[in-house]
Amino acid sequence: MEFKVPTMAELMAAGEEPEILFWVGCAGSYDERAQRITRDICKILHHVGVKYAVLGTEESCTGDPAKRAGNEFLFQMQAITNIEVLNGYNIKKIVTGCPHCFNTIKNEYPGLGGTYDVIHHTQLIQDLINEGKLKAEGGESFKGKKITYHDPCYLGRGNGIYEAPRKALEVLDAQLVEMKRCKSNGLCCGAGGAQMFKEPEKGNKDINIERIDEALETNPQVIASGCPFCMTMLSDGVKLKDKEQEVKVLDIAEITVRANGL
Amino acid sequence: MVAQIIFLLFTIAAIALFTFNFRKIIRNIRLGKSVDRNDQPIKRLMTMLRVAFGQSKMVIRPITAFLHFFVYIGFVIINIEVLEIMIDGIFGTHRIFHGLGGLYNFLIGSFEILAFTVWLACIIFLIRRNVLNIKRFKGVEMTSWPKSDANYILITEILLMTAFLLMNAADLKLQMLGVGHYVSAGAFPMSQYLINLLPSTENALIIIERSAWWFHIIGILAFLNYLPYSKHFHILFAFPNTYFSNLEPKGEFTNMASVTNEVKAMLDPSFVPAETEPGKFGAKDATDLSWVNLMSAYTCTECGRCTSVCPANITGKLLSPRKIMMDTRDRITEIGKNIDKHGEGHEDGKSLLDNYISREEIWACTSCNACVEACPINIDPLQIIMELRRFAVMEESQAPASINAMLGNIENNQAPWKYSPADRFNWADEK
Ligand code: SF4
Ligand code: SF4
Repeated sequence: MEFKVPTMAELMAAGEEPEILFWVGCAGSYDERAQRITRDICKILHHVGVKYAVLGTEESCTGDPAKRAGNEFLFQMQAITNIEVLNGYNIKKIVTGCPHCFNTIKNEYPGLGGTYDVIHHTQLIQDLINEGKLKAEGGESFKGKKITYHDPCYLGRGNGIYEAPRKALEVLDAQLVEMKRCKSNGLCCGAGGAQMFKEPEKGNKDINIERIDEALETNPQVIASGCPFCMTMLSDGVKLKDKEQEVKVLDIAEITVRANGL
Repeated sequence: MVAQIIFLLFTIAAIALFTFNFRKIIRNIRLGKSVDRNDQPIKRLMTMLRVAFGQSKMVIRPITAFLHFFVYIGFVIINIEVLEIMIDGIFGTHRIFHGLGGLYNFLIGSFEILAFTVWLACIIFLIRRNVLNIKRFKGVEMTSWPKSDANYILITEILLMTAFLLMNAADLKLQMLGVGHYVSAGAFPMSQYLINLLPSTENALIIIERSAWWFHIIGILAFLNYLPYSKHFHILFAFPNTYFSNLEPKGEFTNMASVTNEVKAMLDPSFVPAETEPGKFGAKDATDLSWVNLMSAYTCTECGRCTSVCPANITGKLLSPRKIMMDTRDRITEIGKNIDKHGEGHEDGKSLLDNYISREEIWACTSCNACVEACPINIDPLQIIMELRRFAVMEESQAPASINAMLGNIENNQAPWKYSPADRFNWADEK
């Protein structure tokens, strides 16, 4: 990184408070591919001059995969510990890089004593575009390129966010093509509900292949999404179909960074 | 007079039998765990009006929605006709409302048109179900009973509507002949085309008119009593089911209060837990589910819209959300029967998990909420799947090995992968 990513601990030591906390998430912290998205989100925050911070090593899993796997104990252990940290820093507003973290903190933490104004990074990008702070100029041109957007379940159906990510794509002047199953009718990438961490049950196809087949039907140059788990599933699918050269799988944050030349 | 007595006895018997069976279903639903769904009454009412009355979630499949709409509207409105039939039956009158004049003509006229559209829609539905090869109507759970259930209802409706139109046609002919009490009343935009098919002797016409009348009303009473045994119960339960449906974001899963207490006590030894009802975590059997889950099981129309959008099902896995609902209904009905036979607290050694729903099914779910979104009457199969998972994981510690590994990682490393927490911020160091 060309700049230093500020942590809450440092800000606190300097007697400062950030406007917004960037919740990175486990995938965003450890997964190599997702780390790139994490850094891009930071670039955006840095570029527009929002005062932000991350928890760094003080962050811990939100507990989402534990909860979806049925382990409410472990989920609440994680949640309550995280809430203590967040409340300790007097956090008000959070942006997440992952729809699963977003959903959990936004919807499930309030019942356990953690109420925050939570947005997903595609919503942040939408707001910044609306405020004129991001322009899709000065960087790579996506003009006329065929892009199809995959709705992550926990962003779309889970929380009704369909427009924010599309807004970020519309400003590119690209050719936005929808898949047959999109928006509220979108098809899961196959990773949710803790599926990411296990072998799929036997069937006749893997879910991410079904999804990639559908995505490829639109002949896209870019498949866009907004979730690190979808990223893994979709990239694996593209790899398996041997289409890596023609089709790029990119997060909305990455596209925004490229378009703005950050 | 005899006819009136027979009619009255019939009606009373039918309503009594229905009440008896209906109360059993309510009793079964009450076997479920309590959950508060009495908040936000206005929002609930609006949801019910939109989804159940307004059929808002049907429109996704426009042709079906169109046909279903006619059957639905026809059903609701033709029931007004039943009021007249009832009064006529009890008091031995004939077309008691004919005094309404123009309005009566309008009503009968529209009933006729609706009867015809219902008739037509049911014929199309019947063909669609049995001749066209539609995947949604297949599936492992669609065994002989669910299949014939749908056909019985469609055929009954076709017969009822035929009887209604035939009755009107005979009546019209009798009116034209000026026979006895067959006063000139009503407009018959549909059945007027049938009169040429009918005999012209008075007696034969009266027999047709009376038989059709009796067939029609007995049919309706029989239909009423068929409902509690059938997926067609949805015509009653769709309304409460949508009213009490989940209003929170679909991604939000309930936080188990009983767990919160234990977790708080674990994290803070000085914490004094509030009283919560003891019990097991999650659901092993149908009675461990909430009453809303059980009500939904009785409401499910087995339409399969959930299953047709389920990513697990689409890719050939065993999981079918429709089956989850049907299994839940079958199991709670079985538990109800056990109570009737052996009294409360009888154990039959079976449970919803394993005897009805397998582990393979519940672990195939991605919690994507596609089934919930697709259900035209706001049923939530995912909630049941999650409760079963909770039981498997928290009560039995029986999860797939890789899931256990993931849970272990969260516990030890605060991430689902086996990385050191100290490395969590390393991403910031790289270019
Ligand atoms: S939530 Fe589960 S059962 Fe429902 S559609 Fe998704 S994978 Fe299928
Ligand atoms: S749960 Fe809903 S969508 Fe699924 S079969 Fe039943 S009524 Fe149809």
